[in-house]
Amino acid sequence: MLYLTRKVEFAASHYYHNPDFTLEENRRIFGKCNNPNGHGHNYLLEVTVKGEVDSRTGFVVDLKQLKEVMNREVLEAMDHRFLNKEVPEFAKQIPTTENIAVVIWERLAGKLERAKLHRIRVYETPDLFVDFYGEV
Amino acid sequence: MKAHLSRRYLFSASHRLHSDALSAEENQLTYGKCNNPYGHGHNYILQVTVSGQVDHETGMICNLVDLDGFVETGVLARYDHQNLNTLEEFAHEVPTTENLCIHIFEIVQRGFPQAHLERVCLEETMMNSFEYAGEGRI
Repeated sequence: MLYLTRKVEFAASHYYHNPDFTLEENRRIFGKCNNPNGHGHNYLLEVTVKGEVDSRTGFVVDLKQLKEVMNREVLEAMDHRFLNKEVPEFAKQIPTTENIAVVIWERLAGKLERAKLHRIRVYETPDLFVDFYGEV
Repeated sequence: MKAHLSRRYLFSASHRLHSDALSAEENQLTYGKCNNPYGHGHNYILQVTVSGQVDHETGMICNLVDLDGFVETGVLARYDHQNLNTLEEFAHEVPTTENLCIHIFEIVQRGFPQAHLERVCLEETMMNSFEYAGEGRI
């Protein structure tokens, strides 16, 4: 089994707010991240797929295809966007790093030819990242 | 949905690698430059990885403010800008990064119940890092 990782960066803004909480609860739980005007990050996304090496091509996965899927499902949807307002999945859930990782997994899983999705890693900052392995 | 969250922290400390169970010559052979009696220092990078269900209401595994707060007071306050050899836990144990990693894991596991501690990773230099997952797999 071989693991291949492709990285891509995207810049987006977001804020943390739960409409079911009071204003005070939102401020207390989310602090500065509750600013309704949003704040931004350069997110770094690492998509790791796994599979066996194809004996004819020497590939685990067709990188061109992986790149197209990542561009379509992630970059077009999230790059230079305000996540809360422009990404449908974040209309009803908070775009925390955790939820972004899960949403990206859901957008990519099943769309790759040959290789299987192993891990989605999303860095919000160089010092904070989330891994999602598709575990429910 | 179960996810893993990793957070990195920086602290600076000095240490000397020396074992009283070894002769002076054995210490030199085993630890080389790290046996310098005056010690030497590192900017350690600590990476703490916790896991848990993503909370449906907050979208978080645990509140980063809580994790940062705990690591600041429970770990960084204890080790930052310290000479590790002078600390109680290293009175009879060599303050290798392996041993430091284990101590930090135990501190976080005991004192931070808000999420499951997966592993602790300590980068001693750009070239060396150490991971400890307790009884779990890395």
